[in-house]
Amino acid sequence: MTAVAEPTNDTSQIPAPEGSVTITVKILRFNPEIDNEPHWESYDVPALPTDRVLNLLMNIKNYADGTLSFRRSCAHGICGSDAMQINGINRLACKVLVKDLLAKDGKPTTVSVAPIKGLPTMKDLYVDMEPFFEAFRSVKPYLIAYGNEPTNERYQSAADRERFDDTTKCILCACCTSSCPVYWADGSYFGPAAIVNAHRFIFDSRDEASEERLDILNDTEGVWRCRTTFNCTDACPRGIQVTKAIQEVKRALLFKRT
Amino acid sequence: MQFHKYDVVIVGAGGAGMRAAIEAGQRSRTAVLTKLYPTRSHTGAAQGGMCAALANVEEDNWEWHTFDTVKGGDYLTDQDAAEIMAKEAIDAVLDLEKMGLPFNRTEEGKIDQRRFGGHTRDHGKAAVRRACYAADRTGHMILQTLYQNCVKHGIEFFNEFYVLDVTMSTNENGEQVASGAVAYELATGEIHVFQAKSIVFATGGFGKVFKTTSNAHTLTGDGMGIYARKGLPLEDMEFYQFHPTGLAGLGILLTEGARGEGAILRNESGERFMERYAPTIKDLAPRDIVARSMVLEVLEGRGAGPEKDYVFLDCTHLGEEVLETKLPDITEFARTYLGVDPVHEPVPVYPTAHYAMGGIPTNVKGEALQDNDTAIRGLYAAGEAACVSVHGSNRLGTNSLLDINVFGRRAGIAAAEYANDVDHVALPEGSATMVQGMVDHLRTASGGERVADIRNALQQTMDTNAAVYRTEDTLKQALSDVQALKERYGRIAVHDKGKRYNTDLLEAVELGFLLDLAEMLVNAALARKESRGGHAREDYPDRDDTNFLRHSMTYKILPEEEDPNAPLGLTGFTADLRLDYKPVVFTRYEPMERKY
Repeated sequence: MTAVAEPTNDTSQIPAPEGSVTITVKILRFNPEIDNEPHWESYDVPALPTDRVLNLLMNIKNYADGTLSFRRSCAHGICGSDAMQINGINRLACKVLVKDLLAKDGKPTTVSVAPIKGLPTMKDLYVDMEPFFEAFRSVKPYLIAYGNEPTNERYQSAADRERFDDTTKCILCACCTSSCPVYWADGSYFGPAAIVNAHRFIFDSRDEASEERLDILNDTEGVWRCRTTFNCTDACPRGIQVTKAIQEVKRALLFKRT
Repeated sequence: MQFHKYDVVIVGAGGAGMRAAIEAGQRSRTAVLTKLYPTRSHTGAAQGGMCAALANVEEDNWEWHTFDTVKGGDYLTDQDAAEIMAKEAIDAVLDLEKMGLPFNRTEEGKIDQRRFGGHTRDHGKAAVRRACYAADRTGHMILQTLYQNCVKHGIEFFNEFYVLDVTMSTNENGEQVASGAVAYELATGEIHVFQAKSIVFATGGFGKVFKTTSNAHTLTGDGMGIYARKGLPLEDMEFYQFHPTGLAGLGILLTEGARGEGAILRNESGERFMERYAPTIKDLAPRDIVARSMVLEVLEGRGAGPEKDYVFLDCTHLGEEVLETKLPDITEFARTYLGVDPVHEPVPVYPTAHYAMGGIPTNVKGEALQDNDTAIRGLYAAGEAACVSVHGSNRLGTNSLLDINVFGRRAGIAAAEYANDVDHVALPEGSATMVQGMVDHLRTASGGERVADIRNALQQTMDTNAAVYRTEDTLKQALSDVQALKERYGRIAVHDKGKRYNTDLLEAVELGFLLDLAEMLVNAALARKESRGGHAREDYPDRDDTNFLRHSMTYKILPEEEDPNAPLGLTGFTADLRLDYKPVVFTRYEPMERKY
């Protein structure tokens, strides 16, 4: 038996199911142990319209080049592992279907895949998530309540619960933060995801530390850096109205001062 | 190689691991080692709810919950453990609320509750509203809330550290004790040894032995595999749950909460077929019964679709508002992945491999067992990786989110209290030798076998031969397939020879655990010549309490000496299996015929 072949761009070993079409996947590759800088590599991959981009990446890894590295786990948009730029837009690879990428009139289709921006690229699609989680942790992203705890649950009206529903959906995938031009320019900005998670508690009627969080976000690296470009809202795979949440935090700060 | 010293090391950062960490971290110096960032864990994919007899919306009590859990498990549930879980469920939900979990609310502002499969009023009279929920994102909210509280308490995480071994030592009394964990750091390829007094396994399940599964790619049973390769037992491995409503062909989960809100399963002709199989609670029968019924509908030619290979989940009568407010995520999954809008059309569904009832045997404190009842000092397990056994042969919906909170908490407390009572035990000589050997082997191997080929073949044979219905023949086929694949595993090679983020190497290691666990599942399934809960034998269709009202315990028989020819130098990998049995704990309930 022969050895497993060397890593290659030859994708002929990928199984091609009936009804598949070949599309070209261009990936911005970077291996710090070999490369000085990132470079594009192309792979022709058989794909079904119902395949997710994640399936294409897994097929390239499994059958052509095992060194291709990316995070993935749940594969249906819940865990937030596989945020990447797909055709230049931040998406979860497991939520983008091939049918939505196919070129019109049967023309050849090319899909580009690159790591999200604003966080250091470690290898291929792996970025360093630590700065992102550091910003998250700095906004006190947990319920703070003083005084004695009630014996049973705290009561909360359905309307009060609804007030912060949108921002509870966040899965910390970093699609929003890494789509923000302010964050690209200056990594010390908290970024949209941290503000979303502050919003989730600032507008929770059970929480008693809104002022502490608003003080943190009133900082020079806080919400006032937002330039309302809506990239974050467009990028969110959970459909959170991110820009609106940031605006609500800004208003809470202004209101407090008046 | 780097060296660290902690009191408590928790392996895994899903619900059970983080619930344990919140307790252990406030009592002792604690580290959490996790192969994923904590918020990526699969607890976040759980949807429907977490049951507790709060009685917020109708009469309920923990004894009814205990009974449902015992009956749901087809009387293989350990009744002392089930009672603890049902009692502590109430505080477990209240604790989460106080930590900030945004539950849906009743009109009065209390935690709202919905119906769920197998949860009933007064011992089976009718479905009861017991599941506390946050839309269809209850697991997401639990995972986020627990992570938020870990941040609050300053819990120390080692993210993307893959634990590959646990070291055992002998203490001053001559007892075998756990002394540390050996981890591979994904970012650098470095090996780290963590000396610890207590180690908690919270590594989740192993759904990736199957092809069609609701499980994440990362659910490869690492903790169970490490445990088994030490010659320690795994309990009830034959009992694997198939969730009835996976998106057909994909396996993506659609919550049972949909049926809790009134959705109905229909066959090709539109018939509500669960009326025939479970006349009282119909679509809200436990998962084993619904999954078997769905498969029978398809086998008997009443399936829908061009291949007649699925049934429908009909939500169309629920209305857009209920779907958008109470079931928003599954509505989106159906739209995104199948192009079906549940508001207007029934959704194609079929059972999907979902949950391991079995795992590392523990007592109710979370202490891991080395035989039927002897705890190993310093070793704990909780969550899907563990088998307490609160789920018996079939887990009820929502009881896994409950399990991770109740027994995660208990394991965290027990691990910390033990650590505060004892001194560190010296690590054995060459504590990282096995792991270093495995990693070096994979970096240099030049065999002809590809990880993906072996994994695909494994998943295919398990789906075909060891899924909802099994027979002597199919299981024998699966066993011989898995054993042949284990032999091929000795010749695998990986492309990536590097140290940075070498997921190629990691997937090869994970495949080894999957092969081990699949073999143990099939082996135990062959021996259990009856049908009970998540184990349905076509050739033995009845439950047999005379011979099989007992837990199975699978051991690897480790050879006296290291096997020089074992794949990757893993002597435990090739060891033969031995089956033993363990009595079920009975307290209040005698086994009865199980009807719904």
